[in-house]
Amino acid sequence: MDRRLTALTGALVVACAAYLFWGLGPRWQFILGLRAPKLAGMLLVGAAIAVATMVFQTLCRNRVLTPQIMGFDALYILMQTALVAGLGVGGYAGLSLSAKFGIEVVFMTLAALMLFGTLLGRGTQDIARLVLTGVIFGVMFRSFSGFLARIIDPNAFAVVQAASFASFTAIEPALLPVTGALCIGTIGVALWMAPRLDVLALGQPIAVSLGLAHDRLVIVALIMVAVLVSVATALVGPIAFFGLLVSGLAHELTGSARHARLLPMAILVGCLMLVIGQTLFERFLGLQSTLSVVIEFAGGVFFLWLLLKGRMR
Amino acid sequence: MICVEGVSHSIGKTEILHDISVEIPKGKVTALVGPNGAGKSTLLSLIGRLMPLQSGRISVDGADTVQTPSRDLARLMAILSQTNTLGSRLRVRELVAFGRWPHHQGRPTAEDVQQVNDALVALDLIALGDRFLEALSGGQRQRAFIAMALAQGADWLLLDEPLAALDMAFARRIMAQLVTLRAAGRSVVVVVHDINHAAVWADHIVAMKAGRIAAEGPPQAVCTSKVLGDIYGMDLRVTEIDGKPLVLHHL
Repeated sequence: MDRRLTALTGALVVACAAYLFWGLGPRWQFILGLRAPKLAGMLLVGAAIAVATMVFQTLCRNRVLTPQIMGFDALYILMQTALVAGLGVGGYAGLSLSAKFGIEVVFMTLAALMLFGTLLGRGTQDIARLVLTGVIFGVMFRSFSGFLARIIDPNAFAVVQAASFASFTAIEPALLPVTGALCIGTIGVALWMAPRLDVLALGQPIAVSLGLAHDRLVIVALIMVAVLVSVATALVGPIAFFGLLVSGLAHELTGSARHARLLPMAILVGCLMLVIGQTLFERFLGLQSTLSVVIEFAGGVFFLWLLLKGRMR
Repeated sequence: MICVEGVSHSIGKTEILHDISVEIPKGKVTALVGPNGAGKSTLLSLIGRLMPLQSGRISVDGADTVQTPSRDLARLMAILSQTNTLGSRLRVRELVAFGRWPHHQGRPTAEDVQQVNDALVALDLIALGDRFLEALSGGQRQRAFIAMALAQGADWLLLDEPLAALDMAFARRIMAQLVTLRAAGRSVVVVVHDINHAAVWADHIVAMKAGRIAAEGPPQAVCTSKVLGDIYGMDLRVTEIDGKPLVLHHL
């Protein structure tokens, strides 16, 4: 088990090195300066989505739901559209990156707490209602942004579109220090809380009987999910099925229900998939497509496989 | 002693419990009985702080269930509710080991491992220890949950319908197990569906009807055709075997 973790860590180091140093050429300083921030961004996004998905699935006690399926990414797009519609293209472009990022994180966190805090806080066993709520909100957010997109002018719409598709090629280096600090801090807290997350997964009645401060932990976990999803979407844009792919693989690879093992495994899997995928795209496929398309495709197929295998609970 | 004073509870506009006051004696096996919808599970959940208390006051051995930190309460009482949906795929031994959480908070000691083993032995689960819960029958899974509550080692054990889904051999065995716990100085509150399990094994019976306490006392006092007939609204014959009342509710 721990051998797998070590092997994956080794593989990740090799993959990062390959991404950084492969085919550097004579102007290596310039190229390294381009690649290093991109690599850092990918590692952050991989880890953030991995941890967010694992924690969210523990909250819902369901292995098929991800924050993205529950409408978090639709909310992100709606926010972009609303910002462009409200401020105009000039105002939107003029927003300082950290201000924009700050607004996004705060807003996403508040929205997540409002949407899911009440549902999860009461320890509802009613997964069907939870999913339905998420789907309905997702549709509502999408329709709202669709409506806004129709009334803004076409140039503004192009800006919205650029912001609503995931792109690993356009990671903004200026965002890295803030997002990095937030992301690493949150993941640290999640790892520290791993034993408590194990108890949370047992459901409200058992968790309370065992003396866990259930409702408080639910809120803390939701905030962590919201922060991590905001970080990931702010860096690369929305990716729906990636988290599902990562969490599914992490479960298969660890075969344990302990978060202290699951979380590091998920982080490694997430980072590894992004780095290898992006290396292949840049070096072999000449950027003919985007990584997210392939990840979405693989994730969608995996989702179907989970459904058919009856792992959906 | 568990002290319930003036507790009412409503879900939506339906009032489930009407101003209930009752004392549950320490060091005894107390059975909560009553028809469907009498409010037994609600009362048990409120005592076990699984639901927020709307009015009144509940204390367990003097510790107020609202004010006392949940972690301290977990060492005082263990509660097992009727249905449990797990979010993680666990083996029987892993589930039972969670019962020790209030004592070690994630870092089990040799003592904890021993307690888990004892609980597995008590419910005859050693052979199933490495099986996944989803690969068990309903009754076996129920035993695993009871073992977890047992491993918690609390003074009070509150069980909601632990005999549901159990065959008669295990039902009797679990009731006998609860009586052994009492001999070890612990107290048990158990919601039972089959009145005869209460009549034979319990020291004290609290009977509920329509959100109120209808009768309480030792089995001989509660299990009479008059009292039970009123509560369940049917004619009942009660006989006696080996000094214990036996309710012939099938006839």
